[in-house]
Formats: sequence, C-alpha cells, structure tokens
Amino acid sequence: MKEFDLPSANPSAALIALHPLHAILLAFPVSMFPGALLADITYLNSSEMQWSNFASWLIAGALVFTGLALAWALIGMLARRAGRGWLCAILALLFVVGLVNAFQHSHDGWSSVGTTGLALSVISTVLALAAGWIGYTVSREVRA
Amino acid sequence: MNRVVLSALSLAAPIALAACDKAQDLDQTGPRPALPEQNQTLLPPMKIASPAGWNGAMPNVPKGFTIAPIATGLKVPRQTLVLPNGDILVSEGLGGSAPKLRPKDVIAGYIKSLGKSGTKGGDRITLLRDRDRDGKYELQTVLIDKLNAPYGMAFVGSELYIADQDALLRFPYRDGQTRIDAPGEVMTKLPANPNHHWTKSLTASADGSRLYVGIGSNSNIGERGMAVEEDRAVVWEIDRESGTHRTYASGIRNPTALAINPSTQALWAVANERDELGADLVPDYLTSVKPGAFYGWPYSYYGGHVDPRVHPQKPNMVRKAIAPDYALGSHVAALGLTFLTGGGFGGNYADGAFVGEHGSWNRRQLAGYKVVWIPFTNGRPSGKLRDFVTGFIGPEGKARGRPVGVTYDPERRALLIADDLSNTVWRVIPAR
Repeated sequence: MKEFDLPSANPSAALIALHPLHAILLAFPVSMFPGALLADITYLNSSEMQWSNFASWLIAGALVFTGLALAWALIGMLARRAGRGWLCAILALLFVVGLVNAFQHSHDGWSSVGTTGLALSVISTVLALAAGWIGYTVSREVRA
Repeated sequence: MNRVVLSALSLAAPIALAACDKAQDLDQTGPRPALPEQNQTLLPPMKIASPAGWNGAMPNVPKGFTIAPIATGLKVPRQTLVLPNGDILVSEGLGGSAPKLRPKDVIAGYIKSLGKSGTKGGDRITLLRDRDRDGKYELQTVLIDKLNAPYGMAFVGSELYIADQDALLRFPYRDGQTRIDAPGEVMTKLPANPNHHWTKSLTASADGSRLYVGIGSNSNIGERGMAVEEDRAVVWEIDRESGTHRTYASGIRNPTALAINPSTQALWAVANERDELGADLVPDYLTSVKPGAFYGWPYSYYGGHVDPRVHPQKPNMVRKAIAPDYALGSHVAALGLTFLTGGGFGGNYADGAFVGEHGSWNRRQLAGYKVVWIPFTNGRPSGKLRDFVTGFIGPEGKARGRPVGVTYDPERRALLIADDLSNTVWRVIPAR
C-alpha cells in the first residue's frame, strides 16, 4: 500500500473519479435543470405556453436521471461504507425539489410557472450545479 | 451523512400527499352559487369511480316512475333524438385528438381513461323502434355509419342534422327510414383542431330556420396557447339554408348540450366550467344563451371572478363577462339538457328541465353521476335542483353508468338517458 502514498490515513477522504456511466447520469440534471430555468424565464417574459411545456419536459427528464444518479451514489456509499455523502444528500434534496417543481409545472397556464415555479427552478439549478461541482471534483493526488 | 440522505428522502412522501382538497359544504346550485376562494393544490385531486357492471341492478327513480333499459351493447352512446314517428336516434362516438403536450397530459389522460368503458366509439347513429308501442324497442339498427365522432343531432322538416366533431352534416330523411346510405352534405366545417373538447352539441331554433352548435374550448384554461382558442368556447348560429354562421355567444367554456326553452323559445345551454381551482370551483351551469353575450372564459367566471392562470389578463373582457343563470354544482360535468313540453309528467314534474351529469374527476368526493331536475316557471328556473335518476354509483363506490344526453319524448311521456359507461339507453316513464 505504501507505493500509492495516499494523502490521508482515511481512504474515504480521497475523492476518486465517478464511474463514467455515473458521470453521464449526473450530466443530465446538471444541464436540464438550468435549461428548465431558462425556459421558465422565457415563458414569464413571453406568456408563450410552449416554453412552460419545454420546462415541464426538462424537469421530468432531469428527475429521472437525478433518481438514477442518486440510486447509484447511494448504492456505492452503502456498498463501500464510504464515499460521497454530500453528493447523495444534494441529489436527494434536488430530487425532492425537482418533484415538487414537476407538480407545480403541471398546473395550467400562468400557474405552471409563476413565482413558485420560478423559485423552485432557481433552487433546482443551484442544487444541480452543486451536485455537479461535488460529483466531478476529484482529489488531485489521486488524479495525478 | 446517511441520516441526512434519509431525512431528505422522507420529505418526498408528505409532499406527494399534500394535495389537500377539502370540499366544503356549500350550496353551489341555483342562481347565486357560493364561490369559495381559489385553491390550486400542488397536485390536482383526481378521483374517478372505476367502472362496474349493473349486474341486474337499475338506476333509482322517484316514487311514481319506473326505469328500464331500451337499448344495450351500444358503442359509447352520447345523445338521443326522438323523430316525429317515435323512432329514437342515438349518436355514438368518442372523439378528440389533442396531442399530449406535457408529461401531465400523459398521466391525466391515463387516469381519466380508468373511468371509461374502453369501448371504441361507434362513429354512427343507431335507430331504435318500438313498433307496437309497448315500451320495448325491439328494433335496434344502424341508421348512419362511418361518421366522425357524432354528438349533437337535430331534425327539421325532412332533414336530419348531425354534428360530427369536425363538421355539421345534413342528411335527407324519409319517414320510417331505417338506413341512410347517402353521404351527408357538409353544411359547414366546425373548428376541430386539435379538439381538446370535441363534442359538438346541436339544436334547431323553434322555427327551424337556424341551427345552433356548441363548440367547446381547446383547453382547460388556455394552457394550449390562445392561438388554438379561435372560434372555441362559443355557440355558433348557422343559417339552415346557406350554412353560413355567426358567433351567437362566446366565453362559454364547454357548451355540451343546447335546447330551446319551450315557453320562451330562447336558446338554453348547459356548460362545463374550468377545473383545478379547487373541489368547489367552478360550478357548471345551466343558462339561457343571450345573443352577443360573453360568459367569461377564460378570463373570468360567474361575471368578474378573475382566473389568475390566464396571461396576459384582459380586464376589459372581465368587465364584459356576464354570469350564467343557474349553477348546477362544481365538477358535475353536465352533458345533457332537455325541457319538458306539453305538461310533462304532470304533478311535480310538469314544467322544467332535466340535466344529465356525467360525473366528476377533479374532486375527492364524487359529484354528478346522476340526472337532476330543475323546476321552471314562466320560462325561468323557479326552485331548487333535485335528484331525479340516481344509483349510477354503486354501493362500493364504483360507477355502474355515467349519464350523458337526456331527451324528453312528449308523445310517449318518457325521459331517455344515454349512458356511455354501460353503453345503454335508459327510459324513465310514469309508473302505471
């Protein structure tokens, strides 16, 4: 073990890269939630329903992949009894907020977005970007 | 950390259940219904009574009446029409082709399909005949087929008018005919794209010179964009000779049945109001249709009650909006209307109207699923609405039938009820 020269005595402190498939799953919410936010803003500026429809589909798609990425992270954490707790927590919160937002976007007309939908889209976007930041961060020592 | 994750996940469960939908004990019938605050829940409450057969049971009618099925095995019967010779016509169809624009459309469409029979619409008119006038309609035959989701029907002079979901058709008719093979003449095309609300109700003016067609909105509340709402949520008046039309009234969200009031000869309608503002909003209604009037949809309901879901809002249209005459209750889904003529059944049921209520999907406590009676005096509603035919919801809360069109047959003193769940036509007569 000595030749790897881990920076810490605790192996879980070193962040290894996500499995490529897990990284791809995570890429969907990272791009789709901000996409939904942009669609929401465009709807509120234009009153053109199709933008709200776009947001609905983006949120629904993002939720599916958030769920898959979360499941992967949870299984990894439970199996290795170590890993990315914060990624799990943020993805779980993102899933809940995204689900509420999906319901909000199922309302008809202006209520599909309005203040609540926009706020939920902003929160989902922040959480999705945070999940990406954490998920794609690896320890320099491991990467080198 | 695991604890954080688990507590985050456990948030999801109560949120999913948060679609509170408390129906209040409000009187929402009559000329001035109670209209509570709007309540847009996170999830729209959806509850549909799942279908169950009649298994020999019958709908309940008031004392002094009997009910019996006169036709079964139909293919989604909607409206009925009594011809001068006593033959009964039944329109059978299931239309609509509105694309699923959102995930919600997919899910809601599935849930609503659970309350339907699964029968494919017949796209035809069936004729029922009682040769010996014993109340049993022994002949059940297809008069016209290859139609496109027919709904409204009218008979004037020697011609039969059928409102398909995309066109008003005229057929020549001879007394006693049991089959019409001649193709219908298209009097006018009707707005049909994409037909979110597809039913085209139809009636003729008292003198027969005009036809009225009810054209429902293309959405609940404009969520398909306002471009598709051109010529929707309106009643058209069509010249019977030329087929030209004008908009007779507008803002009437889904005028599902039209009828001429025999006392005043004015046009009346039942209309289905908007959903997803709460269990007790917005009451469906029965109203005289005033020429040129605007009934609010989508901007407001019952006059000036603004719907916040419409953007941009139009205060000038809200100011124009008038309230309908008589509320029937929220989410009852009124689909049938007929007036009594010639003294009706006498007694308590001499002057008034029957309304067929298909039943709710947008509230926890089921509403509708029955035929109600509204007494009239001098051509105006004059009292409380009363249940007339009930029992469409069985003891286990399952739907055995769902009423659609209602037609009074004055010659035979009978009320006909099309039931599109059990694919039956029921007939109510005074008990001998």
